[in-house]
Amino acid sequence: MKRLFAVLLIVLLAGSLAFAGGDQEGGSIKIAVAGPHSGDLASYGLPTVKAAEILVEKVNAAGGLLGLQVELVIEDDVCKPEVATNTAAKLVGEKVVAVIGHICSGATKAAMGIYNDSGILAISPSATNPGLTQSGDYPNFFRTIAPDDAQAALEVAFALDTLGLSKFAVLHDKGDYGKGLADFAKLYLEEDSRAEVVLFEGVTPGAVDYTAVINKINNSGAEAVIFGGYHPEASKLISQMKKRAMDIPFISDDGVKDNTFIKVAGEYAEGVYASGPMDTATNAITILATKEHQEKYGEEPGAFYLNAYAAVLALFNAIEVSGATDYESLTNALRTSYVETTLGKIKFDAKGDAEGVGFSMYQVQNGEYIELK
Amino acid sequence: MLDIMKYFTLKEMKKSLVISIWFMILTFPIMVIKVNTIENTVVWRWASLLGMGIGSFIMATLWRYLLERKNMKSPLSTKKTLQMRVVEWANENPKVKPIALIAVSIFVLSFPFFSGLYQTSIMTTALMYVVLGLGLNIVVGLGGLLHLGYAAFYAVGAYTYALLNYHFGLSFWICLPIGAGLATIMGILLAIPVLRLRGDYLAIVTLGFGEVIRIVLENWNQFSFGPSGIAQIPRPGFFGMSMNLQTATTYIYFIMIAMVIFTIFVVRRLENSRIGRTWVAMREDEIASESMGIDITKSKITTFALGAFWAGMVGVVFAAKTTFINPASFTLWESVMILCVVVIGGMGSIVGVVVGAMILILMPEYLRAFSEYRMLIFGAMLVIMMVFRPGGIISNIRKKYKFEPAQAAKNADKEGVR
Amino acid sequence: MDLQYFFELFVGGLTKGSIYALIALGYTMVYGIIKLINFAHGEIYMIGAFTALIIASALSFTGMNPVLIFLISTILAIIFSASYGVTMEKIAYKPLRGSQRLSGLISAIGMSMFLQNYVLLAQTSDFLPFPNLIPEFKFLEPVKSLISPSGFIILVTTAIVMILLTYLIKFTKTGKAMRATSQDPKMSQLLGINISKVITMTFIIGSSTAALGGVLISTHIGQLNFYIGFITGIKAFVAAVLGGIGSIPGAVLGSFVLAWTESFGTGYISSDYEDVFAFLFLIIILIFRPSGILGRPENKKV
Repeated sequence: MKRLFAVLLIVLLAGSLAFAGGDQEGGSIKIAVAGPHSGDLASYGLPTVKAAEILVEKVNAAGGLLGLQVELVIEDDVCKPEVATNTAAKLVGEKVVAVIGHICSGATKAAMGIYNDSGILAISPSATNPGLTQSGDYPNFFRTIAPDDAQAALEVAFALDTLGLSKFAVLHDKGDYGKGLADFAKLYLEEDSRAEVVLFEGVTPGAVDYTAVINKINNSGAEAVIFGGYHPEASKLISQMKKRAMDIPFISDDGVKDNTFIKVAGEYAEGVYASGPMDTATNAITILATKEHQEKYGEEPGAFYLNAYAAVLALFNAIEVSGATDYESLTNALRTSYVETTLGKIKFDAKGDAEGVGFSMYQVQNGEYIELK
Repeated sequence: MLDIMKYFTLKEMKKSLVISIWFMILTFPIMVIKVNTIENTVVWRWASLLGMGIGSFIMATLWRYLLERKNMKSPLSTKKTLQMRVVEWANENPKVKPIALIAVSIFVLSFPFFSGLYQTSIMTTALMYVVLGLGLNIVVGLGGLLHLGYAAFYAVGAYTYALLNYHFGLSFWICLPIGAGLATIMGILLAIPVLRLRGDYLAIVTLGFGEVIRIVLENWNQFSFGPSGIAQIPRPGFFGMSMNLQTATTYIYFIMIAMVIFTIFVVRRLENSRIGRTWVAMREDEIASESMGIDITKSKITTFALGAFWAGMVGVVFAAKTTFINPASFTLWESVMILCVVVIGGMGSIVGVVVGAMILILMPEYLRAFSEYRMLIFGAMLVIMMVFRPGGIISNIRKKYKFEPAQAAKNADKEGVR
Repeated sequence: MDLQYFFELFVGGLTKGSIYALIALGYTMVYGIIKLINFAHGEIYMIGAFTALIIASALSFTGMNPVLIFLISTILAIIFSASYGVTMEKIAYKPLRGSQRLSGLISAIGMSMFLQNYVLLAQTSDFLPFPNLIPEFKFLEPVKSLISPSGFIILVTTAIVMILLTYLIKFTKTGKAMRATSQDPKMSQLLGINISKVITMTFIIGSSTAALGGVLISTHIGQLNFYIGFITGIKAFVAAVLGGIGSIPGAVLGSFVLAWTESFGTGYISSDYEDVFAFLFLIIILIFRPSGILGRPENKKV
């Protein structure tokens, strides 16, 4: 019993600490950015922070929104559902108007319930799980990326109709994004009588060597590889395949349609197909967004940067068009008002998926992603 | 008494200077040169070299001062530690205890009503780790078996609730004992093959076990819905009342408070019971205890089973609190964090585990103010805590039976022995 | 065809096993001397790879010969990693000598987190391409589908490192001191062995092999970021335990056994459960040989 006393002391101490940080009031519009900013998935979360920082700086310099300055609240969720609920609770306490995020579908799902109860909307640049919009459970959820099933359908159609292939090896990275996509790709391939899935496998992200899987692809007689996942695994796979003189089409997704992929995989990236938002190369806003990033951070933007940029633009537009920051007017504005973004002219449909984001297939040619028309 | 001024003599300054130069050279490539192989540019950041030099100079001085202070407290010194003094003071003033107890209970009970959603939420998480830590403490602290796969049992509890609720609509309160029970069974299943292993071999097998469970959950789509996880898990109900977010969070907070009290109660009982003493004996020396007639097999199995029980129970609460689970929450990292809770707090000590959980879980949350430096500071704190308090924050004071010759002689006289 | 496939998997496992072995050697040496699971060993590997990348890219602007760049950056990476290893030992492990063993483990975990985030903050979170500095070997042309030049280099290096280490441990004075320390630190101290020096030496050697591994593996994979150390570190640790932790040939054998299990498991069953095969195999081995394949059974003393 003696020591119980000490415990209680500590609890008291911890509690008092909790109040060290007080709330601040002010005439500003608070916008949150949530996603993994540390840990192994940080490289998917940090570009979104950068996009938001660039845009907020710009809009504040131009006098803010509705005459108010925009304040950014950046919170880390490490892509873990349990941390995301705490992050979400914190953001609710901060009285943010909207959240740009979260990045991972799992963390997003965990956080959405809390936002929904508190009347906060979220626009994710990267959560692709179809259930987020299609289940109808999350009316406050919007996204500027195509859901897994849409991307998988495009990839499968491209492989069957344009490339005219029939035997496929479907690979994924065992994550919620990659595996979700690969599952859909497999489903669509199996539904089509022309196609045959000869291999369906997950590779372990971060593993040092994929030789065994590549041997297996080779042995299965697949004519093409459809890969669901992110660019680090894709570049490891493709470079090890090419080194082994295996030259079959490699078709992948938005997570791979990233300039970092080409830079990392180098010459091996040549000829890889990936789906991605339409016309990003000629879009004036896209070019500007990339330039701004290079000026401010001195490097090429990372994963989901353009999607995040579009999400922030859409949110700013919704605030300006509706002239308010309450949940009703904002969701309404997001669903009705078109806005020019890095992804084209978009608005959101009733479920929260972006309308007007054209998707097309790209191929790496001479070290650049070229849109295939 | 050690004087910090001593460290400002020329000789000591020189020492610090050498250390700081060493660090400047050591961190040179990573801190100063920033290459971007994508852009093919090199940036030389000389300012960070200077910062490193000054920073490490100060740190080196401070570090040596603190280390020397720590070393001066030899185990033979009669100087009382703060912990001992607090305990003694409390013993001398019997009135303090009930007052403190009441104050703390009031604080704990009213916490969610004045602190807001976020504070309640993270405090609930911390309480969950208190129970997890106490559970793992049975295996690691009392049983002396290094367990690196504890998150697997946690996962069993969480998935039990999520799946039973999804398929059969079973409620939180029904799933709570089922989850705990299934985890206990898993604990026994794990204990049987590893009976012969000791020390780090045991650690690696439990680590493997944890990973196997996670990978199965990740790949077996038909059973667990794979990496996309299970969403829309209902929060615990209270006689069918519908609750808004604030009430529901507060409610889970109180469930966890009750659970912590229950756990502390049971673990205290266990500790001083026959089983508990068996565990401690096993921890201290397996062979000796076996030759004293302790059934090592049985006691190993009970540690694993009883340890797993709490993880399963908290797992159910976890699923109910986050309303979404996927295998990413049950990685090796999670097991390691729970182990840190036990060791940082002080192995084998209940108070220690409570303190450890509070610090380890709340610290990263409060460190959010440092945003990107959060995990850097956290890692450094782990090292610093271990270097300066290797036995944990609250070390376990074993019950001692003091032999006082004078008293003993008197007793002997009284009883007319001899 | 089937035999060819089997052979492909076998050689694939051989390369992977050499990769694991380079890192497992350091793990096992540190464990042998101070009985500490050095969780931060994977981070040393990462820092080695990063240092090499930084130096190689900085040098590549000077237009030097790629082979020369490769050699210089590898040597510097080894020197820096060894310094990191020694510094880490002085800060995080030395003050803990003599206290309970789990404290050392937690300190190592903290160190691992610290180093990861240190590189993340000082450099970048993005994946960076690692320049391919290994030349094409003419004589490998006929077996191109089996083994790549980088795979070949890894194999050869592991073999050389293992032979050198075995020589060092078996026949030199330092090696003898190391063996004595690992058997009985107190007794060897009484006999005049400077334990601190032995431990420093162990960290230098262990970190050097890790750095060498980091450079070679990053060349092989062609990319790296701040997180590569963790997973590889865990795998190498498993390999070291499988072979019998503390034993150098054991670490190498364990690495190959682990890699082959993964390779054949993936090839003939499924890569979804790659790690499951590895761990199940480990559990089975440890049930029958509780101290690993080549580990000496612990002397039980009362």
